[in-house]
Amino acid sequence: MMFAAQSIAQFLGSLGGWEYVIAAVIHAVLLVHVFALSPFAFIWLERKVSGRIQDRLGPTRVGGLFGWLQSLADGIKLVQKEDLCPSAADSMLFRSAPYVVCVASFAAFMVLPFSHGWVAVAADCGLFIILAILSLEVFGIIMAGYSSGSKWSLFGGMREAAQMVSYEIPLAICALVPVVAAGSLNLGEIGGMQRGWFGYWFIFHDPFTFIAFFVYFVVATASCKRAPFDLAEAESELVGGFHTEYSGMRWSYFFMGEYASMFAVCGIASILFLGGWNTGIGPLDDALYAARNAGADGTGSAALGYLANVLGAFVFVSKASFGVFVQVWLRWTLPRLRIDQVMTTCLKYLVPISCFLFLGAIVWPLLLLTAIGRTSWTSNPLGNLVAEEVRANQIQRAAVSVGASGSAAIEKEAVR
Amino acid sequence: MSGENFLFSVFALLTCGGAIAVVVSQTVVRMAFWLVISLGSTAALFFLANADFVGAAQLLIYVGGTLVLLVFGVMLTASGPYMKIGTSAGETVVAGLIGLLFLFVVLSSVSGVKWREPVVVSAENIATGAVGNTLRPLGLSFLGARPDLSVSEPDQAGRTGYLLPFEIVSIHLLVVLIGASYLARAKRRAEPVDQAA
Repeated sequence: MMFAAQSIAQFLGSLGGWEYVIAAVIHAVLLVHVFALSPFAFIWLERKVSGRIQDRLGPTRVGGLFGWLQSLADGIKLVQKEDLCPSAADSMLFRSAPYVVCVASFAAFMVLPFSHGWVAVAADCGLFIILAILSLEVFGIIMAGYSSGSKWSLFGGMREAAQMVSYEIPLAICALVPVVAAGSLNLGEIGGMQRGWFGYWFIFHDPFTFIAFFVYFVVATASCKRAPFDLAEAESELVGGFHTEYSGMRWSYFFMGEYASMFAVCGIASILFLGGWNTGIGPLDDALYAARNAGADGTGSAALGYLANVLGAFVFVSKASFGVFVQVWLRWTLPRLRIDQVMTTCLKYLVPISCFLFLGAIVWPLLLLTAIGRTSWTSNPLGNLVAEEVRANQIQRAAVSVGASGSAAIEKEAVR
Repeated sequence: MSGENFLFSVFALLTCGGAIAVVVSQTVVRMAFWLVISLGSTAALFFLANADFVGAAQLLIYVGGTLVLLVFGVMLTASGPYMKIGTSAGETVVAGLIGLLFLFVVLSSVSGVKWREPVVVSAENIATGAVGNTLRPLGLSFLGARPDLSVSEPDQAGRTGYLLPFEIVSIHLLVVLIGASYLARAKRRAEPVDQAA
């Protein structure tokens, strides 16, 4: 049965080692399509939303009613353009820089779960890997700025790099706040813990995660170099910043990378704070969870379990797309910050705020444990270590380290 | 050749090729680019060996951190648009000698290792962190507990974990952070305010 297979490799059966190759190709092709189609949709959204905000209609001609094929028309135009390389540029670095940016934001999708178990690489420290991969993008921008052989590109690249490197720090600290609440770096586990009513989402877990969500969103907007933090590529001042000298397809790769990483950071936000693929309606979530499990272990309809996962992926993509929409909305509403204001906002305000939130998130469960005997104010059994469980954990851990534990404790550890 | 061996040889070739290109190329930023290829492939080798945490740390620290710092340093200190580095014959000989000596050290230590049989995936191995899922044992050993060591020998030496080194490194980093922000602070002029007015 096709839907019952835990993974594509299992569905293909044994083909003498080739099943893993085919499964890897299928995963990669699926992800490339997500990576290519999400900018396609978001660029159209950007044009449409900006048009509406400025009291225009936006694209209306290409495609059907809402000009929804505009991105395709843009793409065809960009492919036809000449592939220019300035004579002052270091041509090897100039030509490869767009690919570095593109690959860095594409690779982030490898560890991003789209639904329960729907992830190309299920890594135990998925959040850490995704943050590490997103931090590679800055190198492509430095390369582009430096190798263009133009002072505008160099200024833009330097400012952009300084901004992205600075905003990485509060981004990582804010992402750690819900991790403290969840006790796991595995994005799949973190998403699964928030099953139930939307009160169980980590944004409502404690006051610190609530503030951390908004700080994270601001920082994520800035680290995607979106307005109001986009002075480094301000068209009016620096003629496009680090990509001044680029045209045609190479120029569009930078934009594909930008829109894809907007989707990636909003996807991380929706998993860490907004319940991931969970709908936020308690009985519905439990029913979907039951359907998934029944489909997976063969006791129920496998197709139903598969449909539950499709619905989960739809919920996840909707949440992440809403985040992208808010970023677009902000861009066309707020005025740009000056570069020194951008840096001040990060280093003098956002870094201390995120450090304070991190500290608070650590102290909060201890406070609650002494006050009401639980580590969370919600009664979520998954994201909440009740006092007995904490004690049981301590005993078990002590047993493991003393060495008195039998195979039962090891089995338990393995299950966890 | 199995898939893992194939991927290993691809990434190993990229690592070595990138390293050679670093030595051969003359422009500093090109060297940095080849270093990215080399260090990124090293991270891929870690991922291939199921050491996700080390691989991600390699990407974050070396490619995302150290290399960006290096390129910044080059850009802020370079006199011309594309700084080039030429090596004299003497330097090549000395560097070659040092490289050969280092190769000898590496080869002798590689041949000195007793290579164990590959670990089998089982519940016990996963629990002790011998295979996959290395994050929990790593975190626990930083807190002082060592679940990866044999549970049957309670008196095994070195069971105490790495709590003290972890704390020392953390405080060291904090001192570095404060020192850096002290050095980078805005310097005020010593002249009195009323002169300007």
